[in-house]
Amino acid sequence: MQDSTNVILRLKAMGARRRIDYVRFHFGQWLTVALLLLGSVFVLAPFAWAVATSLRLPAESFSVPPQWFTLNPDWSNYREVFRRIPFWTQILNSITVTTSVVIGQLITASLAGYAFAHLQFPGKNVLFWLIMATMMIPLQATIIPVFILISRLGLTDTLASLILPSLPTAFGTFLLRQYFLAIPKDFEEAALIDGANPFQVFYRVYLPLVTPGQAVLAVLVFNTHWNDFFRPLVFLLSKERFTIPLGLNDLKGFEMTGSISVVLAGVVLALIPVVLVYFLGQRYLIEGIMMGGIKA
Amino acid sequence: MNDQAPGNVNKRRQGNIYAWLTEDTLAGAARRKALMGYAFLLPTILGILIFTAGPVVASLGLSFYRWNVFQPPVFIGASNYERLMTDMRMAISFKNTIHFVILAVFLQIAVSLLLALGMQKLKSTGLRYYTRTAYFLPFLMSGAATAIVLGYMLHHEFGAVNYYLGRLGIPRVPWLTSSGWVLNTIVITYVWQHMGFTLILFIGGLNNISPEILDAADVDGSAGWHRLWNVTLPMLSPTLLFAAVVGVIGALQIFDLPYVMTRGGPGDASRTAVMVMYESAFKNMEIGYGSGMAVILFLLILAVTAVQFWLSKRWVFYQ
Repeated sequence: MQDSTNVILRLKAMGARRRIDYVRFHFGQWLTVALLLLGSVFVLAPFAWAVATSLRLPAESFSVPPQWFTLNPDWSNYREVFRRIPFWTQILNSITVTTSVVIGQLITASLAGYAFAHLQFPGKNVLFWLIMATMMIPLQATIIPVFILISRLGLTDTLASLILPSLPTAFGTFLLRQYFLAIPKDFEEAALIDGANPFQVFYRVYLPLVTPGQAVLAVLVFNTHWNDFFRPLVFLLSKERFTIPLGLNDLKGFEMTGSISVVLAGVVLALIPVVLVYFLGQRYLIEGIMMGGIKA
Repeated sequence: MNDQAPGNVNKRRQGNIYAWLTEDTLAGAARRKALMGYAFLLPTILGILIFTAGPVVASLGLSFYRWNVFQPPVFIGASNYERLMTDMRMAISFKNTIHFVILAVFLQIAVSLLLALGMQKLKSTGLRYYTRTAYFLPFLMSGAATAIVLGYMLHHEFGAVNYYLGRLGIPRVPWLTSSGWVLNTIVITYVWQHMGFTLILFIGGLNNISPEILDAADVDGSAGWHRLWNVTLPMLSPTLLFAAVVGVIGALQIFDLPYVMTRGGPGDASRTAVMVMYESAFKNMEIGYGSGMAVILFLLILAVTAVQFWLSKRWVFYQ
């Protein structure tokens, strides 16, 4: 009897302690949720403001108070973007440059990544570390000689000037090598026994297995090159060759004569493709960034 | 391994290389694979030589010349570097850049670490997905678009931010128009745009900590701040180092935000090192002088990264 009351008392005491823990835990939990949600409102506000303001009447666009919702959106700003700058051409330029760089890097990085992961040849390690070392070189340290080279080749103010120098990729080589390394050697032996030649081993056996890695690289490269500003600014001169970020910068120049609604309409239009690619490939983008942090 | 690979091609008789490669032996197969390796690397190595490695050497070489593209270059020794040392604009731009890097990287890491730790506590997958996506979205915006949108919102008279501050009784802040504020405003803009990237790094790093270690800490009675400081952060330290290194390299190259938001103004208050390099090389056509700046910037990045790795021996813990 004595024993059982003791146990019950002790259980009750434990219960009380647990209840305090419970309350404390849940308070912390709710506070975290509330702060994260509040923060997300501030982080998303510029997007909402840009969309809402791009739909305001040009005359009111920059008047306070800011307007977040509207019942009669004014779509004229979107038409005006195309009237002021060759926006279609610029979208097409951005698409051309970005897809060419993505496809080009997928090819060069798949080849090099496979060579470093599964082929044996003298000088392999030295070559690998030399290539990795070039990742430390900032764009600014190479841009002047590349600019001179591009103009000697007669490629100034062409989309090729943005594509060609971006085809080799140390980062992509590293990334795809990691994915190739994860595939066991046994696959190769099995394919060789079945009569495949070394190229078929690469093309038919290993390449299809690294598509997730290629997706990671594709989404990361798409995001970087779609938003690139510095190199287009240096290499491109005419509005018909501009990529979208330069076009937006150009559009901003009109703000004094017109309204900011037009500029924001351009911003919103430029954002659509990246957001689309993000929601289609977010798994890969996030996996790619995480891998960089963990494997480094 | 090496004895199977092609040793010294010159030793073989000319004309026999084809037979030597197609030889139906294990050694022949290894030779074919080695050849394939070099062939696969050719585009990458050639491309890096032409567009990265070669140009770095060329930048160093050009920095000893005076050249405006139209006339032939003139060798002037270290004059460009002597001039750089006394150039006030260069001094201001480096001061601005360092101010920017220190604040931006510190805030970027601190804010995203807090966010990542907060998100770890969320139980609902829906909430986790929403918050992760919301804080990541600004990373999808180009620097130009970010500069435009936040530049308008932070406008001194008509900006939404000053309007709401006014409603709270706070006087208008000269975000982009006062030389005291402008760099800090660009830091805020940069952190808004980049915190999503570091956030994902930290979420990945936190998920990578093995549950056994956290359980063990639990059993030992480690919880709350104690556990965060003594268990979680040391386990996360390699990711923190990576975020710091990548963050500093990225921030040192800051260009698009100040270029679009302020064109370096007011005065030179938001002019950064890369902006001055861009102006010297591509606006004033002082190729040699601009190359000198590029070299200094590169050396600065190398030095800072080396120091970070050296310091990391004291605080980074590898499992």
